[in-house]
Amino acid sequence: MTSSSTIPVLDLGGLLLVSIQGELPDDAAVSLQKDVTAAVANTGSRGLIIDISALDMVDSFLARVLAEVAASSRLLAARTVLVGMRPAVAITLVELGLSLPGMDTARTVTEAAASFGVTIEQTDRPGRGTS
Amino acid sequence: MTDGATGRARAGAKTVADLLRRRGEQIAQRWADLPFFQAVFTVTRDEAVEACHAVVDSLSAVAESGRVDDLEAPGFQPIREQLIAMTASRARSGLSTAQVDREVGALREAALELLAADAPEEAGEARVQLVTLFATLRVMVVDTMLQENQEIVLRQRQQLLEMATPVIKLWDRLVAVPLIGMLDSARSQVVMENLLEAIVEHKATIVILDITGVSTVDSLVAHHLMKTVASARLMGAECVISGIRPAIAQTIVQLGLDLGPVTTRASLADALEWALERREGRDLPTRGNP
Repeated sequence: MTSSSTIPVLDLGGLLLVSIQGELPDDAAVSLQKDVTAAVANTGSRGLIIDISALDMVDSFLARVLAEVAASSRLLAARTVLVGMRPAVAITLVELGLSLPGMDTARTVTEAAASFGVTIEQTDRPGRGTS
Repeated sequence: MTDGATGRARAGAKTVADLLRRRGEQIAQRWADLPFFQAVFTVTRDEAVEACHAVVDSLSAVAESGRVDDLEAPGFQPIREQLIAMTASRARSGLSTAQVDREVGALREAALELLAADAPEEAGEARVQLVTLFATLRVMVVDTMLQENQEIVLRQRQQLLEMATPVIKLWDRLVAVPLIGMLDSARSQVVMENLLEAIVEHKATIVILDITGVSTVDSLVAHHLMKTVASARLMGAECVISGIRPAIAQTIVQLGLDLGPVTTRASLADALEWALERREGRDLPTRGNP
């Protein structure tokens, strides 16, 4: 890929998962938008999950990019679920008047996947199991 | 204190008591024009004079008992209420404690002048007693003012506590926020922050906003509610607003307020039932507006 984006778009077999780790510069956001839209078209996925739990700031530009990703994905028959928004981010976005009405939201990736009928089994973490 | 000194002090206090009784009318007339009384009794001057008389009589009684430096002297009791009211009135008009104290201190002059005119030969000890008496009065006024302020602080702290909005975990992944009283910008901000933190803490997927205790719902309150609902949704939690009384429902309709896609229920019980049903089948993320 020639894109400068360092954000991987993971294909979970019919579901795409994008996890944004750390701050996203504007040009990276734009290339992410291109990559994701291309991936949705190429894989024919039904769903797109964007995890923003690592972001402690979302500005109006990124909010617009996310809304555009959701809108273009919908044109390609994929539903977008935004996952893991932090309280401070939610407050900021609402204060800015950006309540992202076109997007679905969920608390965790597990819940988002469940909404597509994909169950991610709860497994015991190492050290917590009986073995 | 030696017996002689005690005797002189008693004699001085007696002189003061006599002076205050004899010259009460003149002192009262002069005091009535001083800011401390004039500013409080603005309706008629007679009222101010009457209040001055009460204070003079009281001071005279204290001097008579010889306890000029005792805040708890019985003579002070009759004017305590009056002084509380007066200092409160002065404080309300924006005066600081020091300013009120100065105004009370100004009362002393009239009495001192009359003392010098009436009894120049025994003025020495009587003067000391008189000055002490007025100093005690000043301390008393400042004390009542401080007590008054203390009460205001306590009352407001109580109000703040009542205003605090708890977020209650009702069930696994289900929280409720009972809103009570007026919902202004500052409070709704606190409510929103508390709620969002609670969503993280309790892993909540459903939130019940109960507005049974909200006295009025106008467009501003509705706006705040919508913002709270929108931010909870962004975090992946679904909101239901409950406790909408018939009168409030009518107001909302008459004001033409649009609660948008928000689920509403009449009572908290209904909302709880809805939430539990929803939770059962809940693997759906919150849907955005179409």
